[in-house]
Amino acid sequence: MNEIPMELGLLLSVVLFVLGLIGVLVRRNLIMILMSLEVMLNATGLAFIVAGSRWGQADGQIMFLLILTLAAAEVGVGLGLALQIFHRFHTLDADSVSEMKG
Amino acid sequence: MTLIIFYITSAVAIFATVMMITRLNAVHGLLYLILSLLSVGVIFFLLGAHFAAVLEVIIYAGAIMVLFVFVIMMLNQGQATIDEERAWLEPGIWIGPSLLASILFAEMMAVIMLGGSAATGLVVNSKQVGAALYGPYLLAVELASMLLLAGLVGAYHLGKPMLKKTKSGTKS
Repeated sequence: MNEIPMELGLLLSVVLFVLGLIGVLVRRNLIMILMSLEVMLNATGLAFIVAGSRWGQADGQIMFLLILTLAAAEVGVGLGLALQIFHRFHTLDADSVSEMKG
Repeated sequence: MTLIIFYITSAVAIFATVMMITRLNAVHGLLYLILSLLSVGVIFFLLGAHFAAVLEVIIYAGAIMVLFVFVIMMLNQGQATIDEERAWLEPGIWIGPSLLASILFAEMMAVIMLGGSAATGLVVNSKQVGAALYGPYLLAVELASMLLLAGLVGAYHLGKPMLKKTKSGTKS
């Protein structure tokens, strides 16, 4: 019935998630960090879709919809923060904000 | 057949993501990120989640990436941008993403030539998704709308000082 084994789909999702995590950890450009976050959220959605397709339930796609909403809100606020940081420090380096003292 | 397409598309997705996190220029990374999202959309289609595949292309690869492009264009200004623009028009940078996109396009053409539809997994159509979304998941939809409202207010609040600054800048 289902030609794609669930293990392969989950494996692809794990690989994409780890790649996104590496991007978040390695890159210091704020825009690139946000883009890697998108990859991570997308990989999570892929895992939900694979599970939903395995059991033929609609819940996987609904979880993907919620992840999509989360990604949209996160990108809006995150890019606003990136713009603010660029206007205050004139750089997109994430390390430039490290001197904040509480 | 479906498995072969799945393998090719997975390879495209992983390659595009690796290229994305290793690009130095944000716009080049964005091109590869769009390819990665598109190939994940193809995988959604192969898994039988047609509605999610459409949403992936329209909202992820369409709307969210437009936001990124806007911000990158807002942050890059001056002579450096013009030089970059000149460099982008030469082949070499966009040839990688174009090749990956043509692989996805060839997959679609192959599916159309071989009978019009690929044998996907268990199809969960949009009617089932909608019935579940506005049935047991109604509270989640309300919460998602609140989240989007909060995101809207937050983005407006963060971008507002800049709007004032540019307005006063044009006046003086």
